[in-house]
Order: sequence, then structure tokens, then C-alpha cells
Amino acid sequence: MTHVFPKKIQQVNNMKTKAFKAALPHTLPICVGFLFLGMSYGFLMQSKGFSFLYPLLMSLFIFAGSMEFVTVNLLLSAFNPLYAFFLTLMVNARHLFYGISMLDRYKDMGWKKFYLIYGMCDESFSINCIVSPPPDVDKGWFMFFVTLLNHLYWVAGATLGALLGYVIHFDTKGIGFVMTALFVVMFIDQWEERSDHTPALIGLGCSLACLLLFKADNFILPAMALTVLCFALKRDNTDKETDT
Amino acid sequence: MTTSQQIITVLIVVLGTMLTRFLPFLIFPEGKTPPRSILYLGTVLPYAVIGLLVVYCIKDALWEPFHGLPEAIAVSSIIILHKWKKNTLLSIGAGTVLYMALVQSVF
Repeated sequence: MTHVFPKKIQQVNNMKTKAFKAALPHTLPICVGFLFLGMSYGFLMQSKGFSFLYPLLMSLFIFAGSMEFVTVNLLLSAFNPLYAFFLTLMVNARHLFYGISMLDRYKDMGWKKFYLIYGMCDESFSINCIVSPPPDVDKGWFMFFVTLLNHLYWVAGATLGALLGYVIHFDTKGIGFVMTALFVVMFIDQWEERSDHTPALIGLGCSLACLLLFKADNFILPAMALTVLCFALKRDNTDKETDT
Repeated sequence: MTTSQQIITVLIVVLGTMLTRFLPFLIFPEGKTPPRSILYLGTVLPYAVIGLLVVYCIKDALWEPFHGLPEAIAVSSIIILHKWKKNTLLSIGAGTVLYMALVQSVF
């Protein structure tokens, strides 16, 4: 009996190694991007006077890059938990739709399912959604390692950036613009990926209109409501067109 | 903000983020199909949210002395550079450095 268990453990380990080796190459581009962006995030937090523990813990537990940048602003303004909550829901609303797309793929994954959902950032989602591992590789472990590696890159980048902030000193005024740049690039990528620009224009237009109407501190919730309303009306019209 | 208020804020952000990630799996346990309106929003909202995030980033600039001119210059440069080179990291890096140079030495 004694030799049965070590053999089984070895098989499981082989399976994990195989899945890890299959997952690693897919995550390397993300590695470069996450180290770079994570470091600018850590650097930004350090420049605003936060200890490196903040970016370390926030990147580990929030693990939603854009929301972490937004949280820097939240932490620097007046305490408003309700606003923070709704802002988070809004900024991360896209996860709802990632979840809907992954309902089937994350099925029957046991305890790994919890971590797969917990760590479902944009990048892990896009790899796990698009890439199918080779047939001899366990799908669950493959997706697990994709998620884990991306998570580690991000935490490493954020912490490293904050630590470098102690050593390197330069005028960091304007470094927060890295977040704007990130979203502008994402906007362009999405713009070119789709021929129908209406959704992008609705989001941009409703936000700009509400910004001018409600000013900087109060525009987010009305902008979100107006966006959903526009889509509801648009869908009604599309339904009518297809009906007739 | 006090340290405990900061911790509460971060915990709320964690909670909100996890809610958006776990909710579909809680509402639609294995085998249930979401209604069409949700599926429709799922196809269009990701595109609208990014536009909103861009506006969120520049929200304070409009009321500053230069009314968002440095932001406008940097964003236009990113658009041109990204259309031309299609390199995400280059576009973000160059755009940020340009903006920092603008607000530190020009404006």
C-alpha cells in the first residue's frame, strides 16, 4: 500500500508541471505589461505618501488594476464609503459580463473555481476565454496558473514600484496620467476592434454631458444611469426594427 | 482620512470588486441561462465603461487654469502614436512622460 500514495502524488505533480509549462508562455506579454503598469501604480502611491504596504496589499486583494488607480484618488479625498462602493461597482461592472461568459468554462473546477473567479482580471479573462490548452494538459490547472502568474506579476510590479520610490527621487508631478493613458489606449483598441462605435460613443457622450452638468465630484452615478438608459432605449428600438 | 477609514475604504473596494466577479456565478448556478437584457448589456457595457473611465480621469482638469490643455495635447499624442505604432506600452509610456514634461516645465 505504501507505494501507491507517492505514485499518485507524483502523477498530480506531473500534471501541475505540465499545466504550468503550458500556461507560462501565454502570460509573458502580460508579465511585461503588469510589471510596467504595476510599478507605475506602486510609484504613484509612494509619491502620494503611502507606505509600500498599501500597493502590496491592494494589488493582492483588489487585483483590479483600473480600480486600484481609482482607489488612490478615493484614499486622498473625504471618507465616503457609499460612493466608494458604487464607484467600484461601476468601474468593475464589466466583470459581470466576464462572469457570464465564463459560467460554463469554470464549471466543475472544485476549489480552484473560487480562485479563478477571485482573480478574473481583464487579462486572465481574455487568455482563459480565448486559449485552449493542448489536449494532454489539465484545463483547470492551466487556467489556475494563468490566473496565478498574472496575479503575481501585478503584486510584484506594484510592490517593486513602491520600493523603488524610496530609492529613486524625481519630480513625480503628473505621473498619475499613466492611468489616463491606459484608458485612452484601451479605448482606441476597443474602437478598432468593433465596427459599431455606438456603445463607445454613448459611454463617452453620457459621461461628458454629465460632467458638464453635474461637475467633477457628482457626475459618475448620473453618467452611469444615463448610459444604461440610452442602451435600454436603443435596445427597444432595435427590437422594434427586427419585429417589423 | 484616518488609517482605519482608509482600511474600510479598501475593504469596500475589495467587496465591490468581488461582488462584480462572483455575482453571475451566484445568480446563474451551473446550467441556468441569463435573460436577454443582461446578455445585451454584457455586449455593450464594456465599450461604454472605458469612455466613462477616460472622462473620470480628466474630470478635474477642465476647471484648472489651463482648462485641460496639457491633457488634450497628451491624449492626442497617445491617439496618434497608438494608431501609428500599435504598441500599448510605448503609447502609455510616451504619453505619460510627455504629460509629465508638460505640467512640470511648460504649463
